[in-house]
Amino acid sequence: MRQARALRPRPVRAAARMPGGRVFVLAAAGMLLCLVAGALLAPVVSPYDPGVLDLAGTLEGPSPAHPLGQDRLGRDVLSIILYGGRVSLGVGVVVVGISLVVGTLVGFVAGYTGGWVDEAVMRVVDILLAFPGILLAIALAGVLGPSLRNVILALSLLGWVGFARLTRGEVLSLKEREFVTAARVLGAGPVRVALRHVLPNLAGVLAVQATFSVAGAILAESSLSFLGLGPQDTPTWGSLLSQGVDYLLFAPHLALFPGLAIMGTVLGINVLGDVLRDRFDPRGRGPASPSPPPGKGAR
Amino acid sequence: MIRRRLATLVPTLLGVVTLTFLFLHMVPGDPVDVMLGETARPADREALRAELGLDRPLWVQYGRYLGGIARGDLGRSFVYRKPVTELIAARVPATAQLALGALVVALVISVPLGTLAALRKDSALDRGSLVASLLGVSMPNFWLGPLLILAFSVHLRWFPVSGREGWLSAVLPAVTLGTAMAAILARMLRASLVEVLGAEFLRAAQARGVGRARLVWVHAMRNACLPVITLLGLQLGSLLSGAVITEAVFAWPGVGTLLLQAIQGRDYPLVQGCVLVISLGYVGANLGADLLYRWADPRVRG
Repeated sequence: MRQARALRPRPVRAAARMPGGRVFVLAAAGMLLCLVAGALLAPVVSPYDPGVLDLAGTLEGPSPAHPLGQDRLGRDVLSIILYGGRVSLGVGVVVVGISLVVGTLVGFVAGYTGGWVDEAVMRVVDILLAFPGILLAIALAGVLGPSLRNVILALSLLGWVGFARLTRGEVLSLKEREFVTAARVLGAGPVRVALRHVLPNLAGVLAVQATFSVAGAILAESSLSFLGLGPQDTPTWGSLLSQGVDYLLFAPHLALFPGLAIMGTVLGINVLGDVLRDRFDPRGRGPASPSPPPGKGAR
Repeated sequence: MIRRRLATLVPTLLGVVTLTFLFLHMVPGDPVDVMLGETARPADREALRAELGLDRPLWVQYGRYLGGIARGDLGRSFVYRKPVTELIAARVPATAQLALGALVVALVISVPLGTLAALRKDSALDRGSLVASLLGVSMPNFWLGPLLILAFSVHLRWFPVSGREGWLSAVLPAVTLGTAMAAILARMLRASLVEVLGAEFLRAAQARGVGRARLVWVHAMRNACLPVITLLGLQLGSLLSGAVITEAVFAWPGVGTLLLQAIQGRDYPLVQGCVLVISLGYVGANLGADLLYRWADPRVRG
């Protein structure tokens, strides 16, 4: 396995070295920035109110007034994509936030305490990792009922596992290091050791894992929404795409643009993650570039 | 080593069964409501509840379920009123066909692409394959699928839009599912091959007069494919769960679409059965990759 890890492809670092490679990396980062800014500033920048219907313009293609066209109710596609991004990106960030906090805590306790606690936690982690995550998320979100809260719940229930395993492994090796032993000998309790000595050393790896996980969570949310298991009251990129597919023959722009938004975001985040990894994690301990959890195999 | 690997299989699957059982039974929502509608008479509801065994305590239901699995019985579907195993078995061939097709697509694209990219490192081809694979891993199935339908079914009329009739109908779903895998495999193979091509033993083989083709395809490839095999196992597993979405896009009558129908109808035994069967495939694929790895690499046979 060590060999496999050392050989992990690092597309972005390679891309940046090639002629014109910087342009590609910068373009991907710029696209991500535009999408995030557009979603954050949706009330300011969106040309129309996403709730305003225009039944005269139903399923119209792109035009100067509506650069990305209009949907089956005549709503402006650009505006609903900008607003939909608030949900899709928001879910990604919230899920990873919850997973990060819970996973790091669990991983730290397991690694630091050791013994049967560690054994029990890792057994659960192994089982959850042995399971195709998106499948359980589909089953959970489906049975809990489609809603924003349940999507976040289903994805977080699986998302913490990766962070827990990563943290536990790092803590196991860090706790044997001299500076941690020194802190303990000087009378620092586990909480102080955790916050002051161990966590700062983990920040880089966790940041890398979190970045890839946001991409995974956005893909997973989009998959659930595409299957009709996402939030029902507000549009998300996945549900917009799913509606668009129904009109594929007459109005392909309805499927094209939400998909482009998802792909642009995921591509941008993967590129960003690769850049972060080269910065913080030069040995490549972190996940391989297209990190699956929590949306393992969502693609 | 293999025995130890097999020994971890049983607890893992038991964990999978237990977790799905708990998740599905502890969440709110009553299958009886869905089946009879909310206006049904209380007596009818109780009767159905008793018939389905839902009136028993949770641990009794769990015990019965485990006992059933041990005998190869996954229970009866609430909705179809048929054994779950029978319903799933009818759908497995379609999913297996899709997964195998996707695997073929992934290998057909990634092996030549990864090999050429490694042999012509930093060439235009290498650069092109890099960008293609970054796009490939970032492109969701549920977008690629509709795009392919639009291009090849609607405009060119080469393939049917959806369903499963004849082998032509399998092409687009297999390409959709296989693309992301091809992207990752191609990069992995390239990185691994570049590393191996610089190794001493290859220079030694070259000095002994081994021809270039044999050098690349036999000596280098056997070593380069080791990390690729591990990745293949992981990928094949996520392929099976990714198949759920691809099946939905193409209305492919596999286990994935059956799972979605079961979720719609709150058909617990069927949901559990589908999740279990797909997980079994996932765990099996990883195990298979481990065994293949051992076969390909005599050093770890020990």
